[in-house]
Amino acid sequence: MRDFPLFPDQASTFATQVDQLYFFLVALSLIFAGVLPFVILYLIVRYHRSQKVDRSNPVDSNLKLELTWTLIPLGLVMVVFFWGAFLYVQMRTPPTRTLDVYVIGKQWMWHVQHPNGKRENNELHVPVGQPVKLIMTSQDVIHSFYVPAFRVKQDVLPGRYTIMWFEATKPGEYHLFCAEYCGTEHSLMIGRVVALPLADYERWLATPGPVVLPDGTIDTGQPVVAPTIGDPMAAAGARLFTSLGCLGCHAMAGGGVGPSLQGLYGATEKMADGSTVVADENYLRESILNPNAKVVAGYAAVMPSYQGQITEDQLNQLIAYIKSLADTGN
Amino acid sequence: MSTLSLPQSSYIRDNSRTFTDWLKSWLLTVDHKRIAILYLLSINFFFLLGGLAATLVRVELITPQGDLMSSDVYNRAFTLHGVIMVFFFLIPSIPAVLGNFLVPLMLGARDLAFPRLNLLSWYLYMIGGLFALIAAVFGGVDTGWTFYTPFSSTYSNSNVVMTITGAFIMGFSSILTGLNFIVTIHKMRAPGLTWFRLPLFIWANYATSIIQILATPVLGIALLLVVVERLWGVGIYDPALGGDPLLFQHLFWFYSHPAVYIMILPAMGVISELISTFSRKRIFGYEFIAFSSIAIAILGFLVWGHHMFVSSQSVYAGLVFSFITMLVAIPSAIKVFNWTATLYKGSISYRTPMLYALGFIGLFVIGGLTGIFLGVTAVDLHVTDTYFVVAHFHYVMVGGTIMAYLGGIHFWWPKMTGRMYNETWGSIAALIIFVGFNMTFFPQFILGYLGMPRRYHVYPPEFQILHVMSTAGASILAIGFIVPLIYLGISLRKGAIAGDNPWGATGLEWKTSSPPPTFNFDKTPIVTEEAYAYPPEAAERDAAAWRPGSPL
Amino acid sequence: MATITHEEAHAHTHGPELQHQFETPEQQKEAATLGMWAFLVTEIMLFGGIFMAYIAYRWAFPEAWEESAALLNTPLATVNTVVLLVSSLTVALAVNAAEEGRKRRLITMLVLTIVLGVTFLVIKGYEYSEKFAHCAGAKDPISWITGSDLHESHECLVPGRGFMFPDEHGSTSGGHGAAKTATQSGHQLFFLLYFSATGLHAIHMIIGLGVMTTILVMALRDRFSPTYFTPVEIGGLYWHLIDIIWVFLFPLFYLV
Repeated sequence: MRDFPLFPDQASTFATQVDQLYFFLVALSLIFAGVLPFVILYLIVRYHRSQKVDRSNPVDSNLKLELTWTLIPLGLVMVVFFWGAFLYVQMRTPPTRTLDVYVIGKQWMWHVQHPNGKRENNELHVPVGQPVKLIMTSQDVIHSFYVPAFRVKQDVLPGRYTIMWFEATKPGEYHLFCAEYCGTEHSLMIGRVVALPLADYERWLATPGPVVLPDGTIDTGQPVVAPTIGDPMAAAGARLFTSLGCLGCHAMAGGGVGPSLQGLYGATEKMADGSTVVADENYLRESILNPNAKVVAGYAAVMPSYQGQITEDQLNQLIAYIKSLADTGN
Repeated sequence: MSTLSLPQSSYIRDNSRTFTDWLKSWLLTVDHKRIAILYLLSINFFFLLGGLAATLVRVELITPQGDLMSSDVYNRAFTLHGVIMVFFFLIPSIPAVLGNFLVPLMLGARDLAFPRLNLLSWYLYMIGGLFALIAAVFGGVDTGWTFYTPFSSTYSNSNVVMTITGAFIMGFSSILTGLNFIVTIHKMRAPGLTWFRLPLFIWANYATSIIQILATPVLGIALLLVVVERLWGVGIYDPALGGDPLLFQHLFWFYSHPAVYIMILPAMGVISELISTFSRKRIFGYEFIAFSSIAIAILGFLVWGHHMFVSSQSVYAGLVFSFITMLVAIPSAIKVFNWTATLYKGSISYRTPMLYALGFIGLFVIGGLTGIFLGVTAVDLHVTDTYFVVAHFHYVMVGGTIMAYLGGIHFWWPKMTGRMYNETWGSIAALIIFVGFNMTFFPQFILGYLGMPRRYHVYPPEFQILHVMSTAGASILAIGFIVPLIYLGISLRKGAIAGDNPWGATGLEWKTSSPPPTFNFDKTPIVTEEAYAYPPEAAERDAAAWRPGSPL
Repeated sequence: MATITHEEAHAHTHGPELQHQFETPEQQKEAATLGMWAFLVTEIMLFGGIFMAYIAYRWAFPEAWEESAALLNTPLATVNTVVLLVSSLTVALAVNAAEEGRKRRLITMLVLTIVLGVTFLVIKGYEYSEKFAHCAGAKDPISWITGSDLHESHECLVPGRGFMFPDEHGSTSGGHGAAKTATQSGHQLFFLLYFSATGLHAIHMIIGLGVMTTILVMALRDRFSPTYFTPVEIGGLYWHLIDIIWVFLFPLFYLV
C-alpha cells in the first residue's frame, strides 16, 4: 500500500505553532461538533412523540440562556482570534537579517535566483535554521507560493513584489505548490523545496549547473574553470546599473540629477508631496518602472520609465544591487 | 374540506383547451406560485447539470495522473460546476422557489407586490442561464467561478465574456426577486400580522433580499469591467496595463461573501419552520433568531477581506477582517443553540423534512466551525486555497443550503401539489444524502490540511486514497439526489391527497387549500397570534395521541 | 373585514388601475414608491463599484488624474449640468401638476423634461464624438464626418490600442514605445473610468427618456388623476436619481 499520510510534515518554525493553534481549534470544535449532536440525539429520542415523558410548561425563551450561548462562544472566538493574530503578525514580519531569494512565477513554472547568482527552476534549496525571505513577483497572472510542510503561503502578483519568510527546521524534500489557480497547467506548476543543513546548502550553492532562464534561453553554466555560478545578483545588477546609464543621474556621492542610492534600502524617504515612504523592494520597483508616482523631495520628476525595457529578472538584479548599496553604506 | 380529492379550483388547474393555451397560461403567468414552479423546474435542471460537471471532476480525481481528460477539459468542468451551482442553483434556490411560493402565502397576501416583475426575473434567470449554457457548449470557460484577474481579463482563451454576461443578467433576476420580497414584506402583510408575528422564514428572506439588492450590483460592475478589459485591452485589473488585480478581488468578494449569506440565510429560515413544526412547539428564542438573521446580513458585508489573507493585502486589513469574521460566527451559533433548545419538551416526529433539518444542523455545525479555522489568519495562511476550503464551503452550501432546500421541498410539497410523497423513500433518501455527503467531503478536510491545493487536475500520489474515498462518497450522494426525483415524480399522480394541513403546522400557508387557489385565500385572513402559536399543551396532546403504527 | 372576499374587495372603492394583489390604492402606491427606493439603492451600489475603482486609481495616479481632467470639455459639461438640474425642476413640477390634476401643465412639463433630456444626450454625444474624432486624426467631429483635415490631431483619448495622451508641449510623446504605455496607463485608466461612468449614466438617461415618454403617452390618454399618479411619481424619482449621479460624476471627472 502506498504511503498514506493523514497529517503533513512539520518542517518549519511556523509548523508547530500553526499546528498547536489548529489542534486547539479542533479541540474546541469537538466540544461543539462532538457534544451538540449527542445533545440533539438525546433530545430527539427522549422527546420523540412515542415517549411518555413530562412535557408540561414548555419554555420558548430564556434571556439568561441566550446570553450564555452568546457570550461563551464570543469569548472563545476572541481567544482564537488573538492567538491567530499574534502568530499571523509574526508570520508576516520577516526578521531583519534574512537570506534573500528572488522568485519569479510564470505560467507554469517557478524560477528562483539566489543572491550569488545561482538559478533553479521549480526547486528551491534553502538552509535549515536560517530565516529565508522570498521576494516574489509574477510575469503574468496571479500565482501562489505554497509549501504545506512550512505552513506558509503567499500569493505572487504581477506588477509588484510580495514577501514571504520562513525558517526550515528539518532537512528534507517538501512539496511546492502553486495554490492560486493560474490556467491550463496550474496543477503542474509544482516543484520541491529542498531543505539542507547549512554546509550542504553552501556546497550546493557553489555548484554550477545548466539552468533555464525565465525567458526560456538555456544558460549552460560556466565551464567549470573556477567555482563561479555566473555573476552574483548584485554584480549583475551593478553591470546593468552602468549599462542602462543610471549612474549618469544617480551619482554615488550624491549631487546628481537624481538622489544617490547609497544606503537607500530600508531608509525612510521624504517625498515631494510631503509624505514619507519606507524604501522597500516594492518602492524601488515602482521607482524604476513608474518613477513619477513618488518623487523624492528636492528632485524633479524627470526620470524616464523603464517599464518594458528590462525583464523581471533584470529588475530583481537591479534591486539586489541597490540593496547591496545599503549594506556597504552602513 | 374533503381529504379524498384535490380542490376543484387551484393555481395548477386552468380551463385552457389547447396545448398552446396551457403553455401560455404557464409561460405568461404572473401568479407567484406558478412562477415558483417554473423556477423549481429550471433550477433543478441546472442543479443536475452542475452535478454532472461535479461527477466529471470527481471521476477524474480517482487517479492522481490526470489521465481521464486533459487539463483544459478538467478546468472547464470545475468552472462549469462552480458557475452553475453558485449563480444558477444556490443563489436562487430557496428564495426563488420556496420564497416565491411561500412569501405571499405566509403574509396572507394574494400575490407579490410586483407580479410582472416576478415573471421578468424568471425570464432574466433563463436568459442568463442560456448564455452560460451557450458558453459551455461552445468551448466552455476555464477561469474558475471566481473569475480572478488578470487571468480572466487578459490570459484566458475561453468564453469568459459569454459566461460573465450570463452571470450579469442572472444578477438582475436576483435583484428583482429581492426587491419584490422587500416591498411585499413591508407593505402586504395581512391585517394583524406585525413584524414580530412573522414566520422566521420571512425574516430570513427579508435579510437575504437586503443583501441581494445591495451586493449584486457591485458584482455586476466588477464583471462588466472584466468584459471591458477583455474587449478593449485597457488595464483595469491587469498590472501590465496599469491596473490592479486586487481591485477585482475586493469588488468580487464584496458581493460574493454576502452571496454566501444569500445562500444560507433562507436555508436557516426553512430550518426554523421545520424544527418548530415537528417539535409541536413554538420556536425557542424567536427574537434572537430573527435578529441574528439581520446581524448576519449586516456583518456579512464587512468580512469580504477574509478571502484575501494571502493576497498581499496589508496585515492590518487582514486582522480587521479576521476580527469581524469571528463576530459573524456568533449569530450563526445563536441560531443553532435555539433550534436545539426548541427540541426540549417537544413532541418530536421523524418525518422526512425533520430528518433534513436535523441533518442540516449537524452539517452546518461542522461547516460553521471550520469557517472559524479559515477566519483565523494564521491557520488560513496554510489552508486557504486547499481542499480544506473546498470541504468547508461544501459543508455550508451543500450540507446547509441543499439540505434545507430538500427539507423545504418535502415540507411544502403537499402544499404545492396537494399530494403526499412516499414517507419511507423520503427517509431513506435523506439518510443516503447525509451519509454520502459526509463521505464525500469529510476526507477533503484532511486532504486540505495535508496541503492538497484546490483546482488541481494532477496531484501527488499520496493523496489518492482520500480522493478515492471522496469520489466513492460522491457516488452515494448522487444516488441520494436521484431517488427523490423518482418518488416525488410518482407522488404527483399516485400520492395520497394531502389536505390543507397534513403536518398540523401553524402558519397562514396551511390555512388555505392544497394546492392553494390562484389568489391564495378566499377571505383575507386576519392574524391575531404570533408565529408558531402552538398552545402550551400541544406537544403533550400530540404525544398522547401517538399509537404504535402512527408515523414516527 | 374578515369576511370581505377578494371579489367584493375589488368590486368597489377604486378604479381599474388597482392591481389584483393590492387591497387599497394607498397600499399599491406605497408599494410602488418603496420598490422604487429599493431600486435606487441598487443603482447607487452599481455606480458605487465604479466610484471604488475611481478612488483606488486616483490615489494611485494623482498626476495623471489632474492632467487628464484638464483635457475634458468642462464648459460643455457645465452646460449639461445646468440642463439636468433644470430638468429635475421640470420633473418636480410635473409630479406637482399630476397631484393637482392639471393635465395640460403635466404634459408641458413632461415634454420639457424629455427635451432637456435629449439635449443632455446630444451634448454628451458631441463630447464623445470629439474624442473619437481626435482618434481618427480629425480636429473636431465635423471635419471627422466630412473627412477633411485628417491629420490635425495627435491625441487619442479613447482607451484602447490607439490611446495616445499628449505631453505638455501639445505634441505626442511617441517614440519611447513601451515606456509610453507605462506613463500613460494612469491617463488611460482615467479615460476608461470616464467613459464607463458617463456611458453607464447615459444608458440610464436613455432608459429615463423611455420612462418619461411612456408616462407622457399615459398622460395624453388621461390615465392619471389626483388619486392615481404613481407612475409620474416613481418615474420622477428615477429621473432625480439620474440627476444626482451626474452631480457626483461632474466634479469627480471634470473638476479634479
